[in-house]
Amino acid sequence: MEESGMTLFVVLNKIREEQDPTLRFDFVCRASICGSCGILVNGRPTLACRTLTKDLPDLTTLLPLPVFKLLGDLSIDTGIWFREMSIHTESWVHNDEKFDLTAQEERMDNEIALMIYEAERCIECGCCIGGCMMTNLKPNFIGAAGINRVARFMMDPRDKRSNQKYFEVIGNKEGVFGCIGLLACDDNCPVAVPLRGQITYVRRKMASVGWKMK
Amino acid sequence: MGKHDMFMTDVLIIGAGLAGERAAIESARGGLNVILLSLVPPRRSHSSAAQGGMQAALGNTVMGKEDNPYVHFIDTVKGSDWGCEQDVARLFAETAPIVMREMACWGVPWTRVTTEPRIYDGKEINEEAEKVGLISARNFGGTAKWRTCYTADGTGHTVLYTMDSMVMKYGISVHDRVEALSLIHDGETCYGAIVRCLRTGKLRIYTAKSTVIATGGYGRLYGASTNAVINEGSGMSIVLDTGVVPLGNMEAVQFHPTGIVPSWILITEGARGDGGYLLDKNRYRFMPDYEPDKKELASRDVVSRRMMQHIRAGYGVDSLYGSHLWLDIRHLGAKHINTNLREIANICRQFNGIDPVHELIPVRPTQHYSMGGIRTNIHGQAYGLKNLYALGEAACWDLHGFNRLGGNSLAETVAAGKLIGARIAEFTKDVASNVSFSVVEEHLYIQQTKIDRLCSGKSGTENVYELCNKMQDVLSHHVGIFRTEGPLQEAVSMLRELHERSLYIGLRSAEGGANPELGLALRLPGMIRLALCITKGALKRQESRGSHFREDFPKRDDVNWLKRTLAYWPKDAKEPVLRYEPVKITELPPGDRGYGEANARSKSALK
Repeated sequence: MEESGMTLFVVLNKIREEQDPTLRFDFVCRASICGSCGILVNGRPTLACRTLTKDLPDLTTLLPLPVFKLLGDLSIDTGIWFREMSIHTESWVHNDEKFDLTAQEERMDNEIALMIYEAERCIECGCCIGGCMMTNLKPNFIGAAGINRVARFMMDPRDKRSNQKYFEVIGNKEGVFGCIGLLACDDNCPVAVPLRGQITYVRRKMASVGWKMK
Repeated sequence: MGKHDMFMTDVLIIGAGLAGERAAIESARGGLNVILLSLVPPRRSHSSAAQGGMQAALGNTVMGKEDNPYVHFIDTVKGSDWGCEQDVARLFAETAPIVMREMACWGVPWTRVTTEPRIYDGKEINEEAEKVGLISARNFGGTAKWRTCYTADGTGHTVLYTMDSMVMKYGISVHDRVEALSLIHDGETCYGAIVRCLRTGKLRIYTAKSTVIATGGYGRLYGASTNAVINEGSGMSIVLDTGVVPLGNMEAVQFHPTGIVPSWILITEGARGDGGYLLDKNRYRFMPDYEPDKKELASRDVVSRRMMQHIRAGYGVDSLYGSHLWLDIRHLGAKHINTNLREIANICRQFNGIDPVHELIPVRPTQHYSMGGIRTNIHGQAYGLKNLYALGEAACWDLHGFNRLGGNSLAETVAAGKLIGARIAEFTKDVASNVSFSVVEEHLYIQQTKIDRLCSGKSGTENVYELCNKMQDVLSHHVGIFRTEGPLQEAVSMLRELHERSLYIGLRSAEGGANPELGLALRLPGMIRLALCITKGALKRQESRGSHFREDFPKRDDVNWLKRTLAYWPKDAKEPVLRYEPVKITELPPGDRGYGEANARSKSALK
């Protein structure tokens, strides 16, 4: 029986409790914050937890996101994919400044903080990756999530990496030049990270580095 | 033992949320090998769902002017209703500003001070030009100053992502999708854990010089909780199972005033901190009648109680899911809502189909946090077992006493992680690894036998989901915001019966491996034991303190109850054994909180 506010989180748990106790799927926060439950709902990548059943047609198909390693039923190993991508792109602030326990913090313009947060809001659900033609064809392509991750550190004044340094990691077809601009990622992102803008930003920076190298 | 994967390390940290990761970083920086275990990929830990912020007395904003760690300390002690350890609270308050700045250095995009004027509760606030660009702060409940540092309402997310980036930078090993089933110990010393891989279902052995529990809270023991579904108290439960380590103050359960109806997802305290109101069915702002001074921003225990009191008085809004009240943030304006309260605005839109810029948000107090947990000393060392540590929500350090202030738990994870992590690094260097194989084998055998028995189909016929739902119902209905002797006694006997039945679960799927039904069957008896610790602690504590409110004993009783409950579960016992220890008072003798029952006008003052 459908109650108002019923989501796929409720439905899948009911199926597990009442029909198939072995059914595998991933939920953690069930509040569209943690990014665990990316799946294909009627072919479209989205978060299961916030998919309301009242918005679905009578017949609905649920499939695990492609590209990621399948663990069983709807459960996929997004965690490993994102960890490898993060390590590959060295997704941490690179600086050698020793932290001084007694000093006041470095100032930052709030507009820059908001810009970083805009990129940092990615919840690593994998919807942009599962719905991307290029990641489906070329598993080594870092996809929109990877490019957005690089953008996050590029715009952070605390990160002292040079554009040249970034170029060595993502100035190639597995990196930012692997994107052919279909932009399903931008449509599919459940938390509306402005992926189109981030890809453009990184590509422009990397193209100018590549241009100077010639 | 040969067929099991075996890992040896200096420090084994169970739980890769903020507390676990911060401790891991400190241990690794001390030159130790560290393995982090996690039920889920670390960035999916429940720390990521913390919205509002972290308290630290930086004093950068006009409304936080002249703030300092001592003021923060006083707020924390009052918030705890004098139940916290004052030396811990003091140490924490001194450390919090340092860790906020450290996290800024590591990459957290804290919201910064700007000169843009804003209207708050009818007054215009203008920041000082010389503070522009420093870490900003918002108002939270039970605080004398604006002290809560934040990034929009995604603070937990950004701090966890930054913390995890440092874990990667230091090359710390993370083993995700694993669950610790028991500690390896001989009744005196802890040597590691027996762990189940959630990808394959296979058991693994981890031995370590130091073992650290940072598994968070037990929210999911309650039917309606803001917590993630993985918050089942498993770390507390495996520690309780040792029989020698006590859990402290398990009856101290926090109910957050604003869980959204009916999914019980958290609506951040920041919504009220930024100026939101609570309204009743007549759209009347009722909190100033109960709490003339703090209004919507008294401590969480007080606001939750006032809300339930108001609902009981007939002012709740009827709904399919019971009575609720309204949260009104419309007057904050679209720009503020879509920037600083963006994530909760999205939750309202997606889960309830309402736009908080124009509409009211249905809310009701919902289980949110466990002040209680594995009792440790100020260094994070668990009572009763050597080389075992605990921190964060899983621990009873005890910073929060009987009520935690909003913004203090997230700050605790990072401050405790730094402080206790340094202790772990220091103490572990003196530990020789000398675990005996017979001890490992004994604990491995117990877990393997449990699994084999469940998978054989001969362990019984009880339905694991049915028992779990019943346990949640018992706690929700009998051990909630208002407590009395009769229902608590009934709850103890119902939980005892459920515990007995949980030892005879029959799986409907004989499948071994990563079967989720088997996973719950392995956890449930321990969850019910935690429920019994909560309930029995609540039954015995004949006073009201912080979040623990007894209708039959409505006053705080410092003569008899200025003490901490310690719950032990001796081997094969049917219910926990309770002992008590004094609370450490170093600076601030018990007094008046400045809000709550003692201060408000009587109910008759209400219209």
